[in-house]
Amino acid sequence: MGGILEYAVFSLSLVGIYGILTLGLNVQWGMTGLFNIGVAAFFAIGAYTSGILTTPPTDAHLGGFALPIPVGMVGAIVVSGIMAFFVGIITLKLRADYLAIATIGIAEIVRLALKNETEITGGVRGMPGIPRPFDEMLGGQYELAFLIMLLILLGVLFIGLEKARTSAWGRVLRGIRENEDTTLAAGKDVVNFRLQAFVLGCCVMGFAGALYAHFISFISPDAFKPMLATFLVWVMLIAGGSGNNKGALLGAVAIWAIWSGTEIITGMLPADLTTRAGALRVLLIGVLLEVILVTRPEGLLSEAGERMRMIRREARRDKLAEDRGASGARSSAGE
Amino acid sequence: MIEVRDIVKRFGGLVAVDHCSLEVGNGTITGLIGPNGAGKSTLFNTIAGFIKPDGGQILLDGEDVTGLSPHKLFEKGLVRTFQIPHELTRMTVLENLMIVPANQSGENLFNAWLRPGKAKADELAVRRRANEVLEMLQLTHLRHELAGNLSGGQKKLLEIGRTMMTEPRVVLLDEPGAGVNRTLLGKLSEVIQTLNRERGYTFCIIEHDMDLIAQLCDPVICMAQGKVLAQGSMDEIRRNEAVLEAYFGGGAATAADATA
Repeated sequence: MGGILEYAVFSLSLVGIYGILTLGLNVQWGMTGLFNIGVAAFFAIGAYTSGILTTPPTDAHLGGFALPIPVGMVGAIVVSGIMAFFVGIITLKLRADYLAIATIGIAEIVRLALKNETEITGGVRGMPGIPRPFDEMLGGQYELAFLIMLLILLGVLFIGLEKARTSAWGRVLRGIRENEDTTLAAGKDVVNFRLQAFVLGCCVMGFAGALYAHFISFISPDAFKPMLATFLVWVMLIAGGSGNNKGALLGAVAIWAIWSGTEIITGMLPADLTTRAGALRVLLIGVLLEVILVTRPEGLLSEAGERMRMIRREARRDKLAEDRGASGARSSAGE
Repeated sequence: MIEVRDIVKRFGGLVAVDHCSLEVGNGTITGLIGPNGAGKSTLFNTIAGFIKPDGGQILLDGEDVTGLSPHKLFEKGLVRTFQIPHELTRMTVLENLMIVPANQSGENLFNAWLRPGKAKADELAVRRRANEVLEMLQLTHLRHELAGNLSGGQKKLLEIGRTMMTEPRVVLLDEPGAGVNRTLLGKLSEVIQTLNRERGYTFCIIEHDMDLIAQLCDPVICMAQGKVLAQGSMDEIRRNEAVLEAYFGGGAATAADATA
């Protein structure tokens, strides 16, 4: 495979993983208004869980239990979910800003634990040798096979989350985001629904973590710094369109393109400028976020636009049904 | 239906509800009046589970429901509206109503994913119900409008509409008439009377519009300074001296006492 094609396959896989992270955050922030800035924690928990479950036995970290990769992925989802459940029970009765403080704290605790609990995680040396799916397939071009698998999983996840968003469940979450008191007065157990949204979102993040672990095959605490694993995901969601699953995916593509595009550009600079330019890239993303918030706060694909389309379609259908009803009544009256 | 026993609610040094006891009889439209700051809304919030009392008891049909959360009270048939309309701004009028019924199967994520047929059938039933309510409130033409775009009076109607989406036993209305024009107000009281007569809803209404109270409510309870001042028909209340003093001379009288 040519170098460019290989790079494209690699990039698309990473974009896909970021897309899943962004979809997870969209359940929490976009649909429910839960301010989780600990995305990295659940991403890391998923990655390490799947890593521990699937690596061959070793002294370097807990396990490995050499279980099949799908078991590792399910384990990642379950463990992130359980973790989210306990975090949620403690924090979700708090108001939004307190949840933000709590989750950022949890993300740091998790990252430090990964670094220091060497016997469980392998510490700063990281966890190598995480098995790759389809390693032997397609004549060793496992990256392409991985991308195909990833796109299928992403598709299934997207459809599932769209179903959730347009269901009565999604309506309750939207209600909570709009006005908690009204939703309480509508008889909804608001804390319970927030917990469900939080856990579901974190399960999705944990799933992304497992995919990342099996894709790169090596994980270390450095991969789960807040800049890459939390902040970038937030920018993707806000740029793409918070509350809109399509927007979340588009945001992941667009921001990734800018993020890695600038990496290529800075790579071409003379060596002494490259390190300084690296810091500028972070600044650029920050400035971009500001520009989006000022000029197009609803993001590239706004939730309102998506919903207006749906509402108009419904209105048309209702009108059609009415017209048919009216003409039906007329014709039966004529008989 | 509702029995309030010796309820106390303090906010810091302010005693908003001060050992208040009252009763809302089954099948009545009970009015709750009183000057601003009498503690009516606080009492409402306490009954509906939005704030927890510092003392006392609330009974619903003889059952102690003090301190239960709003959704539990909702299940027991107690619903409320808000003084300032609390519509879900960026959701349609239809959605504002459809969110209400309890235990919709689509509200369970696993049903939404794995039993779409059942969720859809439920959704259709809820939608039919919402359309009936809109018909009754004559808001059908606005059903696909975002609720935030409604006029003040229409939002008030929507507040009442929400209570009609279930089969409540008792409805607490917090100033349903405030900011509503006369024509709409007539419609509003018609709706309340119909629901009371035909569906047997018990109402407890906070209102400052004495005409509306006189037209709808019997008995009327007058509160002042966190306590019940008087109770009776509107005519009795109008003649009650303590009530007159609370509304017109209360401040002057206490000021006179203080200087004396």
